[in-house]
Amino acid sequence: MSYLFTTADEQQQMLQRIGVDSLQTLLDQIPAELQLKQPLDLPRALTELELEQHLRELSTRNASASSRACFMGGGAYDHFIPSVVDEITSRGEFYTAYTPYQAEASQGTLQAFFEFQSMIAELSGLDVANASLYDGGSGAAEAVLMAIRCTGRLGRVVVVGSTNPEYVHTLQTYLVNKSTELVVVPTPDGTVNLADLEAVINDQTACILVQHPNFFGCLEDVASIGKLAHQHGALLVQSFDPLSVGLLKRPGELGADIAVAEGQSLGTPLQFGGPYLGILTCRQQFVRKMPGRLIGQTVDRQGRRCFFLNLQAREQHIRREGATSNICTNQGLMALRATVYLSLLGPLGLKEVAELSCRKAHYAADRLCQVEGCERMFAGPFFKEFVLKYSLGADVAIRKAAAAGIDIGPALSRLPAMEGVSEADRDQCLLVAVTESRTKAEIDRLVTALS
Amino acid sequence: MRNRQATQLLSELSHGGRRAAVFPPSDVPEWPIEDLLPSEALAAAPPALPELAEPDVVRHFVNLSTLNMSVDTHFYPLGSCTMKYNPKRHERLSRLPGIVDVHPHQTATNIQGLLELLYEMQQMLAEISGLPGVSLQPAAGAHGELTALYVAAAYFRAKGEHRTKVIFPASAHGTNPASAAMAGFECVELKETADGFVDLEQLKQHVDDQTAVFMITNPNTLGLFERDIPEIARIVHAAGGLVYIDGANMNAIMGITRPGDFGGDMMHYNVHKTFTGPHGAGGPGSGPICVRDFLAEYLPGPVIRVRPGDDRRFELVTPAHSIGRVRSFFGNVGILVRGYCYLRTLGAAGVRAAAEHAILNANYLKELLSDVLPSAHGEHCLHEFVASAERLAKERGINAMDIAKRLLDYGFHPPTVYFPLVVPHAMMFEPTETESKATLDAFSDAVHQIVQEEAETLRSAPLTLSVSRPEEVNATRKPVLTWTACTKD
Ligand SMILES: Cc1ncc(COP(=O)(O)O)c(C=O)c1O
Repeated sequence: MSYLFTTADEQQQMLQRIGVDSLQTLLDQIPAELQLKQPLDLPRALTELELEQHLRELSTRNASASSRACFMGGGAYDHFIPSVVDEITSRGEFYTAYTPYQAEASQGTLQAFFEFQSMIAELSGLDVANASLYDGGSGAAEAVLMAIRCTGRLGRVVVVGSTNPEYVHTLQTYLVNKSTELVVVPTPDGTVNLADLEAVINDQTACILVQHPNFFGCLEDVASIGKLAHQHGALLVQSFDPLSVGLLKRPGELGADIAVAEGQSLGTPLQFGGPYLGILTCRQQFVRKMPGRLIGQTVDRQGRRCFFLNLQAREQHIRREGATSNICTNQGLMALRATVYLSLLGPLGLKEVAELSCRKAHYAADRLCQVEGCERMFAGPFFKEFVLKYSLGADVAIRKAAAAGIDIGPALSRLPAMEGVSEADRDQCLLVAVTESRTKAEIDRLVTALS
Repeated sequence: MRNRQATQLLSELSHGGRRAAVFPPSDVPEWPIEDLLPSEALAAAPPALPELAEPDVVRHFVNLSTLNMSVDTHFYPLGSCTMKYNPKRHERLSRLPGIVDVHPHQTATNIQGLLELLYEMQQMLAEISGLPGVSLQPAAGAHGELTALYVAAAYFRAKGEHRTKVIFPASAHGTNPASAAMAGFECVELKETADGFVDLEQLKQHVDDQTAVFMITNPNTLGLFERDIPEIARIVHAAGGLVYIDGANMNAIMGITRPGDFGGDMMHYNVHKTFTGPHGAGGPGSGPICVRDFLAEYLPGPVIRVRPGDDRRFELVTPAHSIGRVRSFFGNVGILVRGYCYLRTLGAAGVRAAAEHAILNANYLKELLSDVLPSAHGEHCLHEFVASAERLAKERGINAMDIAKRLLDYGFHPPTVYFPLVVPHAMMFEPTETESKATLDAFSDAVHQIVQEEAETLRSAPLTLSVSRPEEVNATRKPVLTWTACTKD
């Protein structure tokens, strides 16, 4: 089954019109010695019914947040997704369209992304947002490259060690063939010590990258870090949790020049890591240095409001090797999910999600810390996620929870090494994240499982 | 019929006190937030998002959707993008709970079904490309290019070679040079021969011991198969360089010939194109890469392998000299699942038949349009062709963009215009295999009618859509990118 709609007689008419006697003649453009002599070795074709049976069988062999209580964190979270999000994004008019190059035939997509940019800029407290990047990790790397462009400083990039290690790993890859030095400042206390940052920042530093709330769930003193960056003429790049701003100050209020985020929490399901949503916002003065697409408002020839792809001269299809990024296909449908999600939540819904997640996480931490052999690795304030230290070992904790139908983690030992976290701690520590979707009963069950 | 009220901006529809999503009351102790978080971290108020009721939200977005053209509603022959039919079964199956609700940090032991699927996907992609090393991590084609260039850099570093140049033909997609620059390479662009192929003489002049990678799309962006590809690869390999195949056009050759068999060392797929992702209003895509065996140890991790000694168990491992990561988590799994469903539906014969019919449709349309929009290159094409509106521009003052815009009034999505850059007034048509003869005939009729129309009419097109052409000059000078920016003036 190949979704072909041409019958044999039509095919004959078409070949005749083309002026060849067979399909093979058209294939002769490919030298015979390069053509496959036998069919590909692929599994046999399945009908829709067989495919459904096959996928269901594969699916039932996976544990998931729908069969177990998910307390997992580390950059992806089981937040509730209202049904309207799926309903809207399942419309073929959205999901079977492509990049809105033809503005007149893409006003639905364009306006939705303009609204996305507006709401995301508002969440970050900065002036402009682009229409999405791939995800939080590559987004953080893009933000650092952008900071290098904005400052013209190629010398150094300073990263706070409590940043998601996968983001740091990604950034390392992105910088490897360049002269820029990446300095990661360890955070043995869970948050960075300002003096340690001061010791490494210099006048060739393009930016400081900080995550807040950080990878351990702890709150960084972003405002002071921002001041330090600005004193040295560097930019502050903050990676943030877009739901946290229901309670916490926004990156713009804390002094960030560029903010990035993993937008998965805004209505995108977990689906084993992607597709997710890369968010990037910045101050107005840097708009022409941004990577990715930007939707602008304008008027049409009759003076009616309309939307189009603005500032395309930054992009690869115009600027080629001088482009601000190579990104072409982005994460449009996930941006649409976030737009629908945020319009359903509004300011009050956002605050409720943030408050519920925060309260439940604190209840969980409080109860877990009463269990023998359990403690929080870092004592400082946290938002919805914390590092649990389990004296019998993180793997034991994960196994005990799993036996009670609960997923926790990841264990820090499963992640790239983080400076300032010892081997022994890595073996005993794991992340626990609590969203509004978890109930008190589930939390109590987790506590019992680890007791 | 457009509902103008519903398509106002959300900020205009907002009314204080309205709301859609409501969450349950807290079932844990209601400790004051001020006791949990330091006051200096707390915001005075949540962000000023619009306040809407659920029906407002639904009506707004449903009405917006009707302002779009899409594959589900219109013929969409956008060249280089492979806008084929998106099977509905993929949508249902990729939302099965054991797929859509799997957390990316879940341990391998309890997601064996998903790992099996992704492992089989790796195997199928390796088979179709003829290149055995696979990484499913890149999020789109451009991301795959970038990843492969980092792999190349790591390979040369390991060999103690410092190579600085990436070479590509002028017809290359913009992402090729942009990826090369982003990966820290210097870009060298080659002019095509008059027939639209790589110029071997020029290639020989530019390829040297500084050449890291030669990037080439095959079939190229003119829809022509680069017949000299074995010779091109010999030249690049003789200088110690690597050949990268931009796989955006795999829909023309899958099951017929393989990049690994015609000299490619690395390539990316665009799962959202060739394996009908879908395109999601601009994304998400998925851009897995395949490489030769000697490059596999540099791929980003994790990749999936069968656990040694136990062919029923799958595990996640990071290759020995991995470049690291190019993003967080495993990859765009939701799109890979759809690609998997597609390949399992087609099987080997179906994959080949899809490519053959893509070629048949493109040649048929090329022939139908040849009297008004001739193609300068090639008697036949593969899955797409690039016509030129140059003659119409000279004789009648009609340019490619005018024809494109007028097609919208006739109910067709236009082709890609002004790409590749090597063809003046380029119009790049890719009908795909999932269109019928009747649709291609109707499209051709529309083009023929359009070119008979007054130039003035065409310049004012589209006339029947919700809006006409946007004013871009002032909007570029003073960009309005958010609704707060709209209210500032
Ligand atoms: C020839 C070619 N190369 C590369 C790309 C980039 O792929 P993507 O948009 O998936 O990043 C595209 C498509 O946009 C393309 O047509």
